[in-house]
Amino acid sequence: MIAPFKTRYDQDLNLAKGPGSKIAYAVLLLVMAAIPLVLGEFYVGELGGLFIFAIAGVGLMLLTGYTGLVSLGNAAFLGIGAYTNAILLAHGVPFPISLPAAGLLTAFFGVLIGVPTLRMSGLYLAIATLAFGSIIGTVLQKWDSLTGGFDGFAVQTPTILGFKIEGAWGVYYAALIVLVLVVWVSMNILRSPLGRAMVAIRDSEISAQSMGINLAVTKSIAFGISAGITGLAGGLYAHYVRHLAPDSFDILLSIQLVTIVFIGGLGSLHGAIFGAAFMRLLPQAIAMVRDDLPFGLGQLPGLEPSLFGLILVLVIMFEPGGINGRWVKLKRYFQAFPLHRKPAARRQKSYAKSERLR
Amino acid sequence: MSIFAAQDIAMNFGGIRAVEGVSFTVEPGEVFSIIGPNGAGKTTIFNMISRIYTPSAGKLIFAGEDITTIPPHQIANRGIARTFQNIELFANATLLQNLLIGRHCHSQVGLLAQFGFLPSVRRAEIAHREKAEEVIEFLGLQRYRDQLIANLPYGVRKVVELGRALCIEPKLLLLDEPSSGLNVEETEEMGYWIEDIKQDLGVTIIMVEHDMKLVHAVSDRVMALASGRILALGTSSEVQNDPEVIRAYIGGAPV
Amino acid sequence: MEDVLRLLQLSINGAATGCIYGLIALGFVLIYKATEMVNFAQGEIMMLGGFIAYTLVGKFGMNYWLGSGLAVLITAAFGYALDALVLRRVIGQPQFAVVMLTLGLAFIFRAGAGIAWGYDSVAFNTPFTNKLVKFGGDVVLGQDNLSIIFGTVLLCGVLYLFFSRTRLGIAMQASSQNQLAAYYMGIPVRRVFSLIWAISAGVAAVAAILLVPVQMVDVNSGIVGFKAFAAAVLGGFGSIPGALVGGVLVGIVEQMAGYYLPTGFQEVTSNIVLLAVLILRPQGLFGQVIRKRV
Repeated sequence: MIAPFKTRYDQDLNLAKGPGSKIAYAVLLLVMAAIPLVLGEFYVGELGGLFIFAIAGVGLMLLTGYTGLVSLGNAAFLGIGAYTNAILLAHGVPFPISLPAAGLLTAFFGVLIGVPTLRMSGLYLAIATLAFGSIIGTVLQKWDSLTGGFDGFAVQTPTILGFKIEGAWGVYYAALIVLVLVVWVSMNILRSPLGRAMVAIRDSEISAQSMGINLAVTKSIAFGISAGITGLAGGLYAHYVRHLAPDSFDILLSIQLVTIVFIGGLGSLHGAIFGAAFMRLLPQAIAMVRDDLPFGLGQLPGLEPSLFGLILVLVIMFEPGGINGRWVKLKRYFQAFPLHRKPAARRQKSYAKSERLR
Repeated sequence: MSIFAAQDIAMNFGGIRAVEGVSFTVEPGEVFSIIGPNGAGKTTIFNMISRIYTPSAGKLIFAGEDITTIPPHQIANRGIARTFQNIELFANATLLQNLLIGRHCHSQVGLLAQFGFLPSVRRAEIAHREKAEEVIEFLGLQRYRDQLIANLPYGVRKVVELGRALCIEPKLLLLDEPSSGLNVEETEEMGYWIEDIKQDLGVTIIMVEHDMKLVHAVSDRVMALASGRILALGTSSEVQNDPEVIRAYIGGAPV
Repeated sequence: MEDVLRLLQLSINGAATGCIYGLIALGFVLIYKATEMVNFAQGEIMMLGGFIAYTLVGKFGMNYWLGSGLAVLITAAFGYALDALVLRRVIGQPQFAVVMLTLGLAFIFRAGAGIAWGYDSVAFNTPFTNKLVKFGGDVVLGQDNLSIIFGTVLLCGVLYLFFSRTRLGIAMQASSQNQLAAYYMGIPVRRVFSLIWAISAGVAAVAAILLVPVQMVDVNSGIVGFKAFAAAVLGGFGSIPGALVGGVLVGIVEQMAGYYLPTGFQEVTSNIVLLAVLILRPQGLFGQVIRKRV
């Protein structure tokens, strides 16, 4: 395969590199839009859920994969977004306003979390976000008057211009539109000075400062954007589940989000989507083969979380680049064919780098 | 009028006095080298100028402005750039992206404009790209343009570090041991780059160095430090022949 | 007098739970000091230790002391194997990857425990269950809490002697501080690290056994690991005595919060302490601040 021959800087800046790419994206969009006309309600519902987690995945990917800020508490942002959207709808706010408002409020919380953690790095940041997520989760549970406590909160069906958006296909299209929007904005950020500033912070804070990047402001913006996107996902999630339970936004959900980002491949937007697809399809796959497993393995309780853990462990041990890492290696294999050399793709042995002295 | 002045600066780390009572000025367009044995305080001075450390005492004046306490991210838009001894490039980005990050201090686009990648952002990006390409051409880095830094040899990375600093379009360039880790040929090349930067771009350079040949070849003035204090300041020959300096490097009976 | 008694009771309860937090935090800190890895599965290892002890003492009817000791050894061996087989393979990967790895392991352990021992809570008889101790006629304290505190102090004494007086202990300290130099001194660093994991797991098992009189063992016991973070951070993540002091402090503050503050606050106490420490004084009580030199 021949690399495209570039004649203008614009070609490097464009999202779709060349006519072939544009056509591919257009076709993908058309296919996605047409799916509900073809597949049954169950699959459409599941895909809607996949899109929602993909949105949350993109939000976390920008924060962790691109800015290097580990967050083990993003479920809190999902929760804030979900409840804000549901509560606003219950008060008669129209959907096209309640959803963005949910995103904005969550973004505000994101900045709120970002500010005290500005000087924390790596491990401490992870623990702090863990604690924060836990606190928000508890608040959502205990603040009965606002969130309905253990009875949960029933979510109203949204309407746009008089049309009721209901059923699996309603969630599907809403989530698809938001996903496309979020991915487009993210890709814009990544090809702009802000995106480069984020990557600079990830790779070397000290020299980022020397280049004129204001660490505090950029990190806060990163937290804000990530939280805002996750908040949008949360708002949609409220419609997906239709009834909010206060204990669903817990540490387990935060870890699932981080797993999405990790398994997908840190540092790539495609990775967020691959990861979300993987995480959502795994339970389905298990359900399908459950009865065929030998030794009655399929009947054991706790099969799902153990498989989840096992896959996580295996991925880290053997393919830390995640699905995207594999995908890139595969692409390179085909591009270089038949001159592909195995050692080029092999992981190099490396030595422990001290994180205390980043 | 000197472009940079350090007035009686000192740096204490706990009980250790890394730098004490150091004063010097740097004239516009000159190459000013700082030499001295390890632990003399050279990099500490650099870190003070680039605001990673705050001096325990004294003042730093750049282009007539007191910069002693400004935040570290504000030195770039005042025109001060630095390279690091141990190369602090962004390892997971391409060479081009590293240089573009160097353009950050010249970026003025708003946040929302970036979200939508408005035409104004596109125009700014192309302008930055053009400047970065100028630097690439100046340093001859064309064939490495799209490679990840992690895959580049050490010598090339040193030059990229230089390029990234040049993207800031600095008035003052701080080079921290530009020849460390380079072989004889690469060091000579580095010397040529430094001369070119001084002559073609008119940039003032302050350089910390150990390689005396390089120091002698490019410097207008040299300052020798030991144990945080100035031993000598003058032309390269003057300083290299100063008995105090010789004693500091080689040792000898105290006077 | 009543208030004083209540305060004393709360403090003892708090100190006892705090000791458990402290022991788990101790496990974190031991591993972190040596390898800069954080073992997010420490709580789950404690849970496994508890189940193993239950099997030996509760189901097979072994003597409490023998069975407990054996359970500690088995868990320690498990810790060793974990490092040798799994953790060694991810040396060189960023810290975040190791965090995820140990989180994944935590899931596997939890599910494995569920498969092996079921999802009900279990317990076994200890010499301290339901026994009381009287002091001066007015003060009545449970032997269970006191045994936890006493056991912890004893264990820490043993560990202190081990690290400062034995060759192996000193070798561990050396390997923690400077791997390369330790190699040059002929210390088998990788094996030493696995042994550190073994000790860490053993300490977790001791914590589980000490906890049995107070709380039953079940698949979710490992959740205490997150509270132990607050302890480790408060103490300063690189400090061993700090971990214990931190644990006891967190435990006591929690008990006080539970009693004096409205309901619901007790749960968030450890997290609030954690956030407060990280924001105000990240190095905790005894930790050190290390800066990168450029």
